[in-house]
Amino acid sequence: MPTASELNDRERSNETIRSADWERVAATDEFKSLIAAKRRFIAPAVIFFIVYYFALPALVGYAPGLMSRRVLGVINLAYLFALSQFFMAWIIAALYVRAAGRFDEMARKILHRLKGGE
Amino acid sequence: MSTALGMFLVFIAVTLYITWWAARRSSGSSAYFAAGRSLTAWQNGVAVAGDYMSAASFLGIAGIIAFQGYDGFMYSVGWLVAYLTVLLVVAEPLRNAGKYTMADVLAYRLSPRPVRAMGALSTLTVSAFYMIAQMVGAGALVSLLLKDTGVTFHTAVIAVGALMIVYVVFGGMLATTWVQIVKAALLMGGTILLSLLVLKHFGFSLGNFFTAVTQVSYHDAQGNVVTQNFLTPGLRYKPPYGALDLISLGMALIFGTAGLPHILVRFYTVPDAKTARASVVWAMLIIGSFYILTTFLGFGAATIVGRDFIAKNGGTNMSAPLLAQTLGGDFFFAFISAIAFATILAVVAGLTISASTSFAHDFWTNVLHRGKERSPGEEVRVARVTAFVVGAISILIAILLGPNANVAFLVALAFAVAASANLPVIVLSLFWRRFNTRGAVAGLATGLLSSLVLILLSPSIMKGAAVFPLENPGIVSIPLGFLGAALGALTGREPEAEEKFTELNVRANTGLGAEKAVAH
Repeated sequence: MPTASELNDRERSNETIRSADWERVAATDEFKSLIAAKRRFIAPAVIFFIVYYFALPALVGYAPGLMSRRVLGVINLAYLFALSQFFMAWIIAALYVRAAGRFDEMARKILHRLKGGE
Repeated sequence: MSTALGMFLVFIAVTLYITWWAARRSSGSSAYFAAGRSLTAWQNGVAVAGDYMSAASFLGIAGIIAFQGYDGFMYSVGWLVAYLTVLLVVAEPLRNAGKYTMADVLAYRLSPRPVRAMGALSTLTVSAFYMIAQMVGAGALVSLLLKDTGVTFHTAVIAVGALMIVYVVFGGMLATTWVQIVKAALLMGGTILLSLLVLKHFGFSLGNFFTAVTQVSYHDAQGNVVTQNFLTPGLRYKPPYGALDLISLGMALIFGTAGLPHILVRFYTVPDAKTARASVVWAMLIIGSFYILTTFLGFGAATIVGRDFIAKNGGTNMSAPLLAQTLGGDFFFAFISAIAFATILAVVAGLTISASTSFAHDFWTNVLHRGKERSPGEEVRVARVTAFVVGAISILIAILLGPNANVAFLVALAFAVAASANLPVIVLSLFWRRFNTRGAVAGLATGLLSSLVLILLSPSIMKGAAVFPLENPGIVSIPLGFLGAALGALTGREPEAEEKFTELNVRANTGLGAEKAVAH
C-alpha cells in the first residue's frame, strides 16, 4: 500500500537529478548515437507506413477499376490490399520491438555511466 | 429474451465486484489516476484494446460492412494502422515525460498554465463528444436489445451513466482497467465464436464464403431486387468527393488515435516506457485480429441474415446481434448483446476517468492552484466529484437528444479534434526545440476551432446545403493544426522552453527521472 508520503508524489518525482546531469547526458556521444539510431529507424518506418496506408484510400478512390480486378479466386485486389495492411502494421511493430531492444540497451548504458559517477 | 437481461446483470455484478475490490486496494493519487503504474504489459495492452474497441466498432463497422460491403472494411484497416503512430511516435516519450495526462508532456517545457488550460479544454472537448455519442448509442442499443423486457431509452441511459460513475468514482483507474480487460476478453471471445459459426455455415470453406459475398441480394429503396458484389469498393463513398472523404477519414484515424486522451492516459499505468511499448504491441495484436474478423461479422450478416431483414429489425447496428441470433439462437443473441453492453460501459468509463483526471490534475491543481494540492488527496477528491458531474451531464444530454439523434458525426469530430489539436502540439513539443508556449496554444486553438467549424459546415449538419463537402474534416483541419502551431511558435521566442528541450529530450529517450511505479 502506498504510504502517506506517496499521496503527494509531486515532490518526489524529480528525485535528485541535478540540472547539470541533463546537459551532461545530452552532450555524450552515447546519447547522440542513441538519438541518431532511433531516428534512423523511426523516420523511415513512419514514412513507409503512411505512404502504404494512404495508398489504399487513394487507389480505391481514384482507380476503382484496377482495385476491383479479381486476383485470387473471387477475391479482388482491393480486399487483399486492405488485408495486407494488417500484416504490414504487425510486421513494422515487430521490427520496431527488435530495434527498440537495442535502444533500451544503449539507454541503460547511458544511465549506468551517469549513476556510476564521472 | 430476458436471457439477455440476465446476462447484463451478471456482467454488472462482476464489474461491481471488481470496483469494490479495486476501491479497497488503492489509495493515493498515483493509485487512483494511474493504477499505481504497476500494470503489466498484457494487462495494459488488453485494456488499451478494451478502451478503443467501442460499440461503434463492434456494432457500427459490422453494420456498415453488412450494408455497404467493402467500404466498411476500409474503416477497419485504419483503426489498426493508427496504432503505429502510437507505437513509434507517442507512447514511450509520453510515459517517460508525463505523470497523469497528455498536458503533462506539454507543460514539461512550456509555460504550464496556458498549455494546461488549453490541454484540459481540448481533452474535455474530445471526451465530451465521444461520450455523448456513446451514451446516445448506448440508450438506443440497450433498449433495442432488451425491447422485450420493457427497458426504455431513458432507463438504459441512466443505468449506463450510473454504472460508469460508480466504476470511476469508487474504483478509479484500477477498476476501469479491469472492466476493460473483462470486456476485451468477452468481445474477442464472442467475435471469434461468431466468426467460426459464419465459417461453419459455409462448410468451413473460405471460397464458398467469399463467393457468397460477391452475390449479395437485397431490395433497394424502390423495391427492386438488387444483386451486388460486396467486395467492390465504392458502395458507400461515391464520386465526386468519396475518395477525398476516405483519405480525410484515414488521416483523422492515423493522427487522431495518438491524440485521444483516454488512450494516452493508459500509458501512465505501467512501470516504464519498455512496458508501455510492449502494451501497444499487445493491443495491436488484439485490435488487428478483431478488425480482420469484422470481415466475417459484416459480410456474414450481409450474406446469411441479409440487408432486408436487418433493416426491418432495428437497422444497421443490429447486424452483429441478429447474425448471432440466426446462427446460435436466442442464447447466443443474449450473449452478443451483453458483450455490446459491456463494450459501451468500458468505453464510457475510460472516457470519464480521462476527462476527470485532466480536469483535476491539469485545470484544478495546476492552473487554478499553481501546482499545489491545498490538502493531501485534494486532486483525487476533485477528480471523483468531476467524474460524478461528467456522468450526470452526459446522462442529461443523452436524454435531451433522445434515441433518434444522429450522433455518428460526434465520433468523427472527436477524432478530428484529437488529430488536429492534440497530436500536432504533442509531436512538436517532443521533437522541435524551437517550439514554445505560443505555438502550443495557437496549435490547440486552431485545431479545435477548425475541426468544429468544418463539421458545422459539413453534410453531417447542413445536409444538402453543406459548404464543406466532406464528412470528415481531417484533411483540412490537421494541416491547419500543424500550421497554427508552427506559425505560433515562429512568431515568438521562448529561451526557457528551448533550454528545457534538452532535459525533455534526455528524459523522453532514456527514462531518466521518469515517474516510478508505486510498490505494493
